[in-house]
Amino acid sequence: MPPSGPEKQYLDKLAAGRFEIQRCAACAKHVFYPRVICPHCGSDQLAWVAPSGRGTVYSTTIVRRRPADGGDYNVCLVDLEEGVRLLSRVAGIAPEQVRIGMAVRARVAHNLVEFTPA
Amino acid sequence: MRGRVAIAGVGLAGCGEAPGWSETEIAAAAAKKALADAGITARDVDGLVIASTNIFMSGLALAEHMGIRPKFTESTMVGGSSFVGHLIPAALALDAGLCDVVLVAYGSNQRTGVGRAEAGKYKMALDPQVFEHPYKPFNPPTSYALAAARHMHQYGTKREQLAEIAVAARKWAQLNPEAFAREPLSVEDVLKSRMVCDPLTVRDCCLVTDGGGAYVLTRADRAKAAPQKPAYLLGVGAAHWHRQISSMPDLTVTAATESGKRAYDMARLGPQDVDVLELYDAFTINTLLFLEDLGFCKKGEGGAFVSGGRIAPGGELPVNTNGGGLSCVHPGMYGIFLLVEAVRQLRGEGGARQVKGAQVALAHGNGGVLSSQITALLGTQETL
Repeated sequence: MPPSGPEKQYLDKLAAGRFEIQRCAACAKHVFYPRVICPHCGSDQLAWVAPSGRGTVYSTTIVRRRPADGGDYNVCLVDLEEGVRLLSRVAGIAPEQVRIGMAVRARVAHNLVEFTPA
Repeated sequence: MRGRVAIAGVGLAGCGEAPGWSETEIAAAAAKKALADAGITARDVDGLVIASTNIFMSGLALAEHMGIRPKFTESTMVGGSSFVGHLIPAALALDAGLCDVVLVAYGSNQRTGVGRAEAGKYKMALDPQVFEHPYKPFNPPTSYALAAARHMHQYGTKREQLAEIAVAARKWAQLNPEAFAREPLSVEDVLKSRMVCDPLTVRDCCLVTDGGGAYVLTRADRAKAAPQKPAYLLGVGAAHWHRQISSMPDLTVTAATESGKRAYDMARLGPQDVDVLELYDAFTINTLLFLEDLGFCKKGEGGAFVSGGRIAPGGELPVNTNGGGLSCVHPGMYGIFLLVEAVRQLRGEGGARQVKGAQVALAHGNGGVLSSQITALLGTQETL
């Protein structure tokens, strides 16, 4: 077995500023979150690839929080053009401005993948 | 499996607020009532089923507490749907002759118990869910809000239509003296309530109460000899496709499409045969999705379907006749309360909320974040 599982490998890459997802060599589908076996075909031939970073907001919500605790913030689901979905947030705009169908681009910030309007 | 086992007793305890009661104690109190309802005592129980979010090895804890020495113990934990799902292994064990009387019980002091925030921190540390938690979803509401927002986007569903679901639940609760929230509630009240996660306000979200419930499952021959009219298990089906909302394939379609079909097939029934529905309404969007996915209306038409009081008292389709998780009781996991109310309706014990002549009841459990879906169909003697 490799020295660490796919989750730690993913997080280590993020800590180094790189966002990578998996692609299955057997069925050619992309996979996120990172796994030991492909959830589409069961193969363990999963290799790391860099996604284009282009995505679309699939759904979005505003988590309401008291101003004293930091105020409202966005949580959304983004579909990458590789066909995988992530829970994330759109940064740089007010949470009310995040819309379903909005084109967004991934970036790594604070050891997390977040999105900005494309 | 159709008609081979039946629920012979049901009981509730500590619903609403039960300060000073432990979770195991609430489960035992509910169990005591269900056993009395079935005309038996803990001595007669040789199969025990329980699930808990907090109690480690809860089956051992409840058996020890009640002096039960089970031959069969089950604690599958798939969230709030668990207690509907427990029908499956319990029925198999009874049918195989591994045991004769299965007690299924649940207790929670979620509302008044101490240390909830602390427990949340420990759970987070043990099960970090690194692909979601860093974005601070306020779960479960955030996940259900994402589903509601997508349904609204895709099908034009309106917040007013979701609010109608909360209002219908409240109207049923007003007919149920045991319901926790019974004060009047209008669509406008729901819309104007505090927003939790857009588009869901606090009135689109279930209650946070204490409470416990229990049921006794036996083979049909034994249930027939019990004091209460048996509620026969006609069909049951389970399905799940994801745990985390980010892994749900389509946020507008739940695995209830599969669990429902499995239950209908086993029961040789369809939605047109159901007299009363108990749907796991942790949020208003749940009721809407399950009405669609269980075949009561077409996909995308749930908003229009629930409008005009259709699922409220006096409407065409009685849904969540106890007031549901939205207005009756919701102590973390609501599944057992679906079955308790379904049984009461089939026995004709519903009082002011009784659905006249109810012969077939559908109880649909949901667990996780629209994750685990388990559908059960129960019927009276006449449906066998």
